[in-house]
Amino acid sequence: MTLAPPNVVVIGVGNEYRRDDGAGIAVARRLHERFPSKVTVLEESGEGAALINSWKGATWVLLVDAVRSGVPAGTIHRLDVRAATVPAGFFHYSTHAFSVAEAIELARSLDQLPRNLIVYGIEGGIFDAGTGLSSEVETAVEELVERAAEEVRKALKVDVGN
Amino acid sequence: MKSRTIHVDYLARVEGEGALSVKIKDQQVTDVKLKIFEPPRFFEAFLRGRKFYEAPDITARICGICPIAYQMSACHAIEDACGIKITGPIRELRRLLYCGEWIESHALHVYLLHAPDFLGYEDAIRMAKDHPDEVKRGLRLKKAGNEIVRLLGGREIHPINVRVGGFYKVPEKRAFSELAEELKWARDAALETVRWVATFVFPEFERDYEFVALRHPDEYPFNEGRLVSNQGLDISVREYDQHFVEEHVAYSNALQSRLKERGPYFVGPQARYSLNFDKLSPVAQEAARSAGLGPVSRNPFQSIVVRSVELVYACDEALRIIEHFEMPDQPTASVEPRVSTGYGCTEAPRGILHHRYRLDDRGLIVDAKIVPPTSQNLKTIEGDLWQFVQTHLVIQKEKLQWQCEQAVRNYDPCISCATHFLKLHLERE
Repeated sequence: MTLAPPNVVVIGVGNEYRRDDGAGIAVARRLHERFPSKVTVLEESGEGAALINSWKGATWVLLVDAVRSGVPAGTIHRLDVRAATVPAGFFHYSTHAFSVAEAIELARSLDQLPRNLIVYGIEGGIFDAGTGLSSEVETAVEELVERAAEEVRKALKVDVGN
Repeated sequence: MKSRTIHVDYLARVEGEGALSVKIKDQQVTDVKLKIFEPPRFFEAFLRGRKFYEAPDITARICGICPIAYQMSACHAIEDACGIKITGPIRELRRLLYCGEWIESHALHVYLLHAPDFLGYEDAIRMAKDHPDEVKRGLRLKKAGNEIVRLLGGREIHPINVRVGGFYKVPEKRAFSELAEELKWARDAALETVRWVATFVFPEFERDYEFVALRHPDEYPFNEGRLVSNQGLDISVREYDQHFVEEHVAYSNALQSRLKERGPYFVGPQARYSLNFDKLSPVAQEAARSAGLGPVSRNPFQSIVVRSVELVYACDEALRIIEHFEMPDQPTASVEPRVSTGYGCTEAPRGILHHRYRLDDRGLIVDAKIVPPTSQNLKTIEGDLWQFVQTHLVIQKEKLQWQCEQAVRNYDPCISCATHFLKLHLERE
């Protein structure tokens, strides 16, 4: 994997063939359009060991995934992983035995977390087989792209400033 | 009368969602249920009406852990229907790709899902605090497998380069030699893995299983061979439906398979190993012997050792293929559909994965059947639990529950795969 120079990485996690589970992938693709050269944008299934490898060498990482925590669909969650642990079961919808939350905590154990890791979760509503986001999640994706783009811009400045 | 129940609401460290309950009354096990409640996924219905060449890509979506197995079984079944057989470099590349998937899947299970059971940790995160070097080795091994899949499959997640007849594009020869460097490290790491897991303590437990796996005259099986067992089964893949049947059980979303004549059977690394020990490469055979394994392995708790031996084999075989590889003239053979039914069975990391497709005169899929390895092992897992609990009733409850969960994980069950094709009978709940 070749990283864009300031080591800013956006990772979209999910499966676009499981409706709202594709939210993270949708955000990642739209951010790639905003930052085609300065940011490395990756798409991942959420398998944890692959995730740990995906952020190797990066200094600032923003990860987006669909979550199911019981609040209304379209709710946006934000976690600064350096500041708090990821609640187990937060990404519970994933069918992987070793998933996003486990990858983050394993990387913390092994001292392999990037210096900055921001995790955004979009509460999903429909996880059936099929394509297309629900309208609540589509609205949340649009809002999150704006918020995340702002964070990425700041990160690029700070990183270049270093 | 004294009753007790072992109940695990949410099985950790297995792919997908499942629960387990064991009932004991008057020192007798009276009921064992492995429940699977991930929502069913209707892939077989989804395939109907699709073009014959879409089968590999659609079925690869069933499992994020073993997409290659689905692609390989689908390709072989469609090619069987169309009356063609792939040979030469393309066949070798398929074996190489399968090596990648075995390395990924086995490394994940051995290091992150199963080893914590033996070392007494709740999960790999806690294990990593005391055993960071082992966990790092597991992650790097897994990455070596990912790299094979990335190179040949086009990408790691939902690989896109596989097609009926071969590949869309064959990478440059130079890319293979770069891969070889990391694979040499991986083979050493896999040997180290065998030595490591051989030191674990295994509960004493054996059953007289009927092992079922592919067997090929010239090689350890990935894509081709006859379906054989240690109790006399020896059939072509096309005869599968005559010998195997799937049944619905009320408490689970997954179908359970059995041999029509004899009942439950066992698929996966220990079945492959026990039926094909003589086909392992010398370095893999030697690793097995040094770990104290004989040519047949019947204690399911030792599956972690067998899986590690297969890791050695997959690295070794990948290196052999890369060393002798010649570029094919064409990346794919041309395949013309015809009215026919085709069968494919390949060795997924967890055991045989059976596909059957019926095609019409336009090359559309009329009917599809997919039998994943986990649904073939379900009855055997329940049988293990039944006997294990019955013979270990003196163990205190917490430890017994732990070992029951471990007994399930022996099979690396992929519950998301096992449920994809099921019909949900809510009225029976």
